[in-house]
Amino acid sequence: MIRVATGEKKRGIDMNSGRAIRALLSAAIVAVPLAGCAADGKKPATAEKKAPPVRYARDPYPSTYRAYPGAPTLVRNATVFDGEGRRIDGGAVLFADGKVVAVGQTLDAPAGATVIDGQGKFVTPGIVDIHSHLGDYPSPGVQAHSDGNEATAPITADVWAEHSVWPQDPGFGRALANGGVTTLQILPGSANLMGGRSVVLKNVYARTMQAMKFPGAPYGLKMACGENPKRVYGSKNREPSTRMGNVAVDRQTWAKAVAYKRKWDKYEKEGGDPPERDIGMDTLRGVLSGEILVQNHCYRADEMAIVLDMAKEFGYKVTAFHHAVEAYKIADLLKASGTCAAVWADWYGFKMESYDGIGENLAILDRSGACAMIHSDDENGIQRLNQEVAKVLSSARHAGIQISDAAAWKWLSLGPATALGIDAQTGSLKPGKMADVVLWNGNPFSVYTRPEKVWVDGALLYDANDPKRRPVSDFELGQPGSGDVK
Amino acid sequence: MTRALFLLATMLATPAAAQTVAITGGTVAIGDGSAPIEGGTVVIANGRIVAAGRGVAVPAGAQIVDATGKWVSPGVVSAITDLSLVDADGVQESNDAGARNSPFKAGIDVSLGVNPAAVKVANERLGGVTRALVAPNAGGSIFAGQGAVIDLGADPDAVTRPRAFQYVELGEEGGKLAGGSRPAAHALLRDAFAQAQDYRRNPAAFDGRSRDALVLRADADALLRVIDGQVPLLVHVERAADIRNVLALTRDYPKLKLVLVGATEGWLVAKEIATARVPVIAAALADLPANFENLAATESNVGRMRAAGVPVALASTGASGGDHVLRQFAGNLVAIARIPGATGLDWGQALASITSAPAEAIGMGGEIGSLRTGRRADVVLWDGDPLELSSVPVATWIDGQPQPMRSRQSELRDRYLTSTEGALPKAYERR
Repeated sequence: MIRVATGEKKRGIDMNSGRAIRALLSAAIVAVPLAGCAADGKKPATAEKKAPPVRYARDPYPSTYRAYPGAPTLVRNATVFDGEGRRIDGGAVLFADGKVVAVGQTLDAPAGATVIDGQGKFVTPGIVDIHSHLGDYPSPGVQAHSDGNEATAPITADVWAEHSVWPQDPGFGRALANGGVTTLQILPGSANLMGGRSVVLKNVYARTMQAMKFPGAPYGLKMACGENPKRVYGSKNREPSTRMGNVAVDRQTWAKAVAYKRKWDKYEKEGGDPPERDIGMDTLRGVLSGEILVQNHCYRADEMAIVLDMAKEFGYKVTAFHHAVEAYKIADLLKASGTCAAVWADWYGFKMESYDGIGENLAILDRSGACAMIHSDDENGIQRLNQEVAKVLSSARHAGIQISDAAAWKWLSLGPATALGIDAQTGSLKPGKMADVVLWNGNPFSVYTRPEKVWVDGALLYDANDPKRRPVSDFELGQPGSGDVK
Repeated sequence: MTRALFLLATMLATPAAAQTVAITGGTVAIGDGSAPIEGGTVVIANGRIVAAGRGVAVPAGAQIVDATGKWVSPGVVSAITDLSLVDADGVQESNDAGARNSPFKAGIDVSLGVNPAAVKVANERLGGVTRALVAPNAGGSIFAGQGAVIDLGADPDAVTRPRAFQYVELGEEGGKLAGGSRPAAHALLRDAFAQAQDYRRNPAAFDGRSRDALVLRADADALLRVIDGQVPLLVHVERAADIRNVLALTRDYPKLKLVLVGATEGWLVAKEIATARVPVIAAALADLPANFENLAATESNVGRMRAAGVPVALASTGASGGDHVLRQFAGNLVAIARIPGATGLDWGQALASITSAPAEAIGMGGEIGSLRTGRRADVVLWDGDPLELSSVPVATWIDGQPQPMRSRQSELRDRYLTSTEGALPKAYERR
């Protein structure tokens, strides 16, 4: 069969051709101790004066992203979805110095501003995809590029997705030009219960990963429940091989993390001999102290309910369930726990735990007052997230659920920005926020519409009318079709 | 639920079989590449299209379906799918798409794996899909086996044409399956063809039953039909060089009826494909260099091949949301026609790429895929433009039979529109 999709469907399932699975099969089974903590580190009390505490670096691979220059720009006479639920027909958006300046019915152009007539066009915030593997599973999807699952142990909280990101992935450019995606979270895969840290990127090509990093975005911890971890490790004849094994290994790890956090909190407050460092435990400590957000791959309603209790048991919060194909069955529980669901529009039936997927999932969550949003998990789907929301709207309306187009845009930008902890910076056209803006050549909920211009931090980085504003990654340079419309 | 569906279909079938239906007043899209016709009429009788278009007379006694404000089109034909072969792809026990460990290769007849009661069939029917080109997955050989054409009707009789085509891998995947290289895949193909011809010349002397025979008798039978041009040979390749090598096969096997599947780089060799009169079933929106064989991938591939005169149908590959997303794919090809430098399709061509074009690619355009007179009456009444994301089918006929408009997905939706339990557990809530 032709291979196109390489999201969860292929990566997680297809034992014949999924690129990551091939990696899993050939990967040596390495015995990695479960984030081992040194035996309990207590020392006899001494009269010595304690050394002052030294905090380990929280941001050792800091963002070097810099916004590219842009002209003050006024788009007027367009339909505006401001991303916070407001629609302005015949409206205007003004941005300058990389920030949104104003949104309104009519705005005056400052001297020297570029003025764009938006007649028949729509302006929206740039799309934020909370679930992507671009860079970690880049194109071409050859074995040498399979960098998204450290599937050698079920707990790999020590790995960071950013250390796998290949900034030359042609997928970044497609997501920008065809998809209007301006921000995305790159997650480790779902082979492991704790797959490692995620990273949030601005969708701007750079020579280094650091130069794509979204300044100040919190880290995430990718967790996974259900079929993938138990299949991957069960097939290696080791724990976990069942759903109860999944939870057991998670709990054992959280219990250690709680102890690690206690030791390090004490040391960083009081000083003395530093406890032994454990890179994976650093991440879990960050989760327990609320600095790192849990992004939890999970399909089934009953499993999500167990995970919510586990989070309570150890004192952390699940920021969002990803895929959450059965979230519609527990909309009330998700609402009560303040946990979001990041979902596809209509994927279903590709594995047992996706068997009950329905096209109304997102709409039912939204109607129930739960936090919900769209996501891609796919280098093709990320190019059409606006269309995925359009499909949800269609399913919803035919089921009698009324949601306005303007309100639905929250599922594409402000919702995911909030679940990434970057809603103060991006996700809506609020004055002062980053000017991450898309001009669409029609209604973005129509199949006949495409991005015409995309700005990131006010810099015009894609223009359908200007071939020079079309990114070509190093990999594609000089290859057949280099610089073509894609 | 399955039995209930079949009962319903049976009840509907008896009176409806002879019933003449006239769908009037809608925007009629024939599916043959022509532009939609406002205020058209579609007449169905005896399971076939009697007429469709403007000024079509409504026969006396016909059941009238008012389509004012709606659209009428042929049902979508899903090309290259495992629909009806699997319940859930990743659940091996439920998956009859591939047979990696079977000694049989080209001889595998996928129609025997078709399950009309698989829940996806009804789900996808509700998305406007009425027929499918069901293909096996290649597993143990470059030859996947013989594909079938099915309908998605709510009845037990799903197979329209068994053994409708042979499917073979000759690109990167083919190389892998053949032992490591494309040349090995071509050597394997030619040797299998040669053995099939040996079998024809002297069946008694043919070693088609021993454990280590590369070609078994069933395989040889299937391959002879390919060599003789009785069934099309669908060849999955992507890169331009591979496409040229496939087109060259007809020098040695002049009767081959080739169909290219995939052909991401087809636009680079569009003239050659057109000259060879070979149709293509392409992934509409494959625009990434997913592998080294897709380097020139662009969403303009379909439009550029079509502009060069190649008949192109869309493949449902990559449709994780189900086969119904084909119409989204088609709509996108209309969208890119407005992008400077891109080549898309006009609306009529786009609809044809998911209706008549897949049917014609395997020589069944006279039977399915359009509303032209005499075709099987696979008709969908939509509440809007069938390629637009906001539209859904409001009525569907397959072989002229009205279809139930519910599926397991609608049952789940209705049970959980409100997530909390009522007086009894959710397990007691059903229609």
